[in-house]
Amino acid sequence: MEDAAALLAVEVDYPGRGRALGPIDLALAPGEIIALVGPSGCGKSTALRLLAGLEAPTRGTVRRAAGRGETSVVFQSPTLAPWLTATANVALPLALAGVGGGEARDRAQAALAQVGLGSALNAKPAQLSGGMAMRASLARALVTDPKVLLLDEPFAALDEITRRALADDLLALWARHRPAIVFVTHNVEEAIYMASRVIVMSSGPGRLAGETPIDAPMPRPKGFRATTAFRDLAETVSEQLAVAMAA
Amino acid sequence: MKRIAVAVAPILLIALLLGAWEAACRWFDVPLYYLPAPSAVAVSLAANLTLLLQSAWNTFAMALIALAAASLIACGIALIAALSGVVERAVRPLAVALQVTPVVALAPLISIWAGVDHPQRAVVALTAVVAFFPIYSGAVSGLASADPDLERLFDLYGATRWQRLTRLRIPSAVPFLLEGHKVAVGLALVGAVVAEFAAGSGGAQGLAWRILEASHHLQTDKMIAALFVLAVMGGALHMIFQRLERRALVWWRGR
Repeated sequence: MEDAAALLAVEVDYPGRGRALGPIDLALAPGEIIALVGPSGCGKSTALRLLAGLEAPTRGTVRRAAGRGETSVVFQSPTLAPWLTATANVALPLALAGVGGGEARDRAQAALAQVGLGSALNAKPAQLSGGMAMRASLARALVTDPKVLLLDEPFAALDEITRRALADDLLALWARHRPAIVFVTHNVEEAIYMASRVIVMSSGPGRLAGETPIDAPMPRPKGFRATTAFRDLAETVSEQLAVAMAA
Repeated sequence: MKRIAVAVAPILLIALLLGAWEAACRWFDVPLYYLPAPSAVAVSLAANLTLLLQSAWNTFAMALIALAAASLIACGIALIAALSGVVERAVRPLAVALQVTPVVALAPLISIWAGVDHPQRAVVALTAVVAFFPIYSGAVSGLASADPDLERLFDLYGATRWQRLTRLRIPSAVPFLLEGHKVAVGLALVGAVVAEFAAGSGGAQGLAWRILEASHHLQTDKMIAALFVLAVMGGALHMIFQRLERRALVWWRGR
């Protein structure tokens, strides 16, 4: 099967800062979830922006799902338009693609119901809690039924309980739509919980420093975080990360 | 208890000052033309109320027309500037030059252009100059204030320039536009009075003219009465626009 997206021998140079990323090769299979972990400045966000097409590589090739709405991004903050209701925010990608008002609204409301915001359709972002706003942001990313979903530390600003709930919800949504997901995070345990493949990156410039497949059922069984398998994986990834950060 | 004190404090201070003023005038027997007691001002206010209110209305109307004109022009230019960085760069020094030039210095020139028979036009034009800058600079920074991640999202979904302007830039600018207009209202009222003084003619028949007229006749009580009307009008206008701004913001962000 062809990759959902891929970076092939990609390098990114920033003027004045030199090499930020690469050379790096990264292939994303359809329906696969990979997590990118690494120290700040290792280029994980740059890799994400390349896959989103928001940035072009200095050298190398980016293969991506380039059709309208085929690639979605969820940023670290919910990034909702404060003047729009939840429904209008989620309908935005459809509206920009020229989908009619009624249909866009129906699809947006269905997406909101899916992330558990069926009762906050007309709330504005300021009226939503941090977790709810992030759910709305997820709904907006999913409303176009993307092939690739890119998440840039989406739960970083949330409290532990909320991030665990959202992690499970995200996996449930993934099971329904099966987009390929790239999940960028600082958090090793979150990476292992979310991904079928955890990739550790090292900085200066950003390179791949290790890869750990996570063999466990999706969505995760109850108590998965407490199993020895989970603890061992966390240990392995953490060691890779420590080596990457020392380099 | 503290809430009551906070609410009463300004009224108490005013009453205290008025009382001291009244007492001092009576005690020292100050001549009426030099400093009338508050009671004399009140009598003058009551006697001239219709005239003063009519004049206040004239000043208010000129300020409001100027504000509307300034708003249209400033927002129009800011919109073009938002679409083209070159235009923005080109307009900036002119806008700043206009802002730092005192309205009094422009008045003689604009009075000539408006014609001796139309002092109101000169006042409106001068006031519009004063009100232009806060609206323009608010609009320009507002139109550039969109969340960069939202901008990226619009890139990602392939938004057209028009969609970006109408669905992102203009809505993002709303709080800045409100703030700019609120500042401009205050400036416009002050500007209208100053312009009336500077354009120097009775044709405009605003509050400034009433003050000049009364000063020529040494009617100090009437001058102070006119000032009082001006202060009340300015205060009311400020309060109304502050409320409007707050309400509009609540509508904009739902809280």
